[in-house]
Amino acid sequence: MAGPISLKVTRRGILAGGAMSAAVSQVALAKGQVETPSAPPPAHQKVRLTVNGRDRELDVDTRVTLLDALREHMKLTGTKKGCDHGQCGACTVMVNGERINSCLSLAVMHDGDEVTTIEGLGTPENLHPMQDAFIEYDGYQCGYCTPGQICSAVAVLEEIKQGVPSHVTQDLSSKMQPTNLEMRERMSGNICRCGAYSNIAEAMAKLAVES
Amino acid sequence: MRSFTYERAKTPQQAAAAVAGTPGGKFIAGGTNLLDLMKLEIETPVHLVDVQDVGLDRIEPTEAGGLRIGALVSNTALSADARVMRDYAVLTRAIQAGASGQLRNKATTGGNLLQRTRCPYFYDTNMPCNKRDPGAGCAAKDGYSRQLGVIGISESCIATYPGDMAVALRVLDAVVETIDADGETRSIPIADFHSLWGDTPHIENVLADGEMITAVTLPRPLGGKHIYHKVRDRRSYAFALVSVAAVIQPDGTGRVAFGGMAPKPWRVAAAEAALPQGAAAVAARAFADAQPTDHNRYKISLAERTLAGVLAEARS
Ligand SMILES: Cc1cc2nc3c(=O)[nH]c(=O)nc-3n(C[C@H](O)[C@H](O)[C@H](O)COP(=O)(O)OP(=O)(O)OC[C@H]3O[C@@H](n4cnc5c(N)ncnc54)[C@H](O)[C@@H]3O)c2cc1C
Ligand code: SF4
Repeated sequence: MAGPISLKVTRRGILAGGAMSAAVSQVALAKGQVETPSAPPPAHQKVRLTVNGRDRELDVDTRVTLLDALREHMKLTGTKKGCDHGQCGACTVMVNGERINSCLSLAVMHDGDEVTTIEGLGTPENLHPMQDAFIEYDGYQCGYCTPGQICSAVAVLEEIKQGVPSHVTQDLSSKMQPTNLEMRERMSGNICRCGAYSNIAEAMAKLAVES
Repeated sequence: MRSFTYERAKTPQQAAAAVAGTPGGKFIAGGTNLLDLMKLEIETPVHLVDVQDVGLDRIEPTEAGGLRIGALVSNTALSADARVMRDYAVLTRAIQAGASGQLRNKATTGGNLLQRTRCPYFYDTNMPCNKRDPGAGCAAKDGYSRQLGVIGISESCIATYPGDMAVALRVLDAVVETIDADGETRSIPIADFHSLWGDTPHIENVLADGEMITAVTLPRPLGGKHIYHKVRDRRSYAFALVSVAAVIQPDGTGRVAFGGMAPKPWRVAAAEAALPQGAAAVAARAFADAQPTDHNRYKISLAERTLAGVLAEARS
């Protein structure tokens, strides 16, 4: 298996690279940007990381984002691609315990890191309490943004516990409170086209009070 | 995205040497601005030098009684540092007013300072833009300029510096520390760090090629009330139309800088001296030389009113 697959990937890489550098030189000529050094041929690099507790080793084009590595290379399609520019939050995962936009991070930047995706938070048989709360409070409609919302929500409660302030925190010197307003502000990096926001904030507040 | 090679540097000087030694080389820190622009092929580095392992991720006290913030300290960590929340709250407030929780976890102190403009025509590669493509012209001048700059701008470019953190650093008189490939270091006052566009809008700051930011230092705490107000099109997760960073003392004197108005955080000594006279006096002096478009003229009165809100909060 490994032979044909890597052969195929390499060939695709070369084809894509060839087409791209042709396009690049045309643009450069048209704009007279002779000084721009031309792109090197596609470069591959090995990455070792732990995803949902499992060690993984990948050989990726340096351009592959963490998001694409998860979805296309590891087939962990729970993490979603929305805008691919850090504006919607659908790609939110946790890296070394912190939530990030996996679309604005290269896979090669995560060598040695621990990644948790929605698949690692819970399973259908054994849901994470936040997944449970989202179901109980109807924290979604179409569900596309939900994996990102849940990863973000889990991290938000942790950030509040650790005393990370937010834009709506009134008093920086006292303990951060898990209020509804705090949830709304802290979740603003996760856009929901169906507008399930109030139910998401309620699911989170319920869990924060319980824990 | 165009292809590129990638390496991780172990020390700041090694990183500087790697970038300086490779035409088309660039540093990458959090990647949240650079990768965004690389996807659009607005940035096209051929080699990336990742600086996450160079050991600049701590906040330490300085001998002068201030703080030294490593260039790789994340926006979240900086804004949540107990010393920053206590003594430099305007910085916590400014950072927390920007981007999202996810982005602030990745965004670094150095990368944040160097984030590029959010002019919509800079992002739209079908439109002429002198900043993206020197000499091509500026689509914004006769275009949609509602969120663009009103002062310090030029014939070539009317974009703003979009960030929040730097506006707070400007009122705090922070200093940017750098290192180059030869190990030479320099300290650049934040006032001198960002450049006005002039006729070279593609040059945005005074860093030399391959010069790496190692830290940002804060002088001794100023006391006073630390306030950051940001006005934007939605209440969270949007860039500033206008922002005001201020440190106001009990006698009404203080410091003030404006964001969203100019190619750099806008602080004018003569305007600041008028703080005890109120917002109108400050705004009149700060924006006396403004050259707004019909679309963004509103920013001048918005800045005055935002400052009035800040001063009211300072008195309360
Ligand atoms: C959707 C969205 C919304 C946002 N909203 C806001 C907002 O409201 N307010 C706000 O202020 N910002 C906002 N941002 C911008 C965000 O703050 C920046 O993307 C971030 O701070 C950049 O930091 P970074 O470490 O990721 O930089 P990178 O992307 O890694 O680098 C940016 C630039 O700095 C250079 N660089 C990085 N580190 C160094 C160093 N140590 N020395 C020399 N050069 C270096 C890189 O070569 C690159 O040119 C937003 C971003 C997004 C995507
Ligand atoms: S205002 Fe500046 S960034 Fe915007 S299109 Fe004109 S030159 Fe480009």
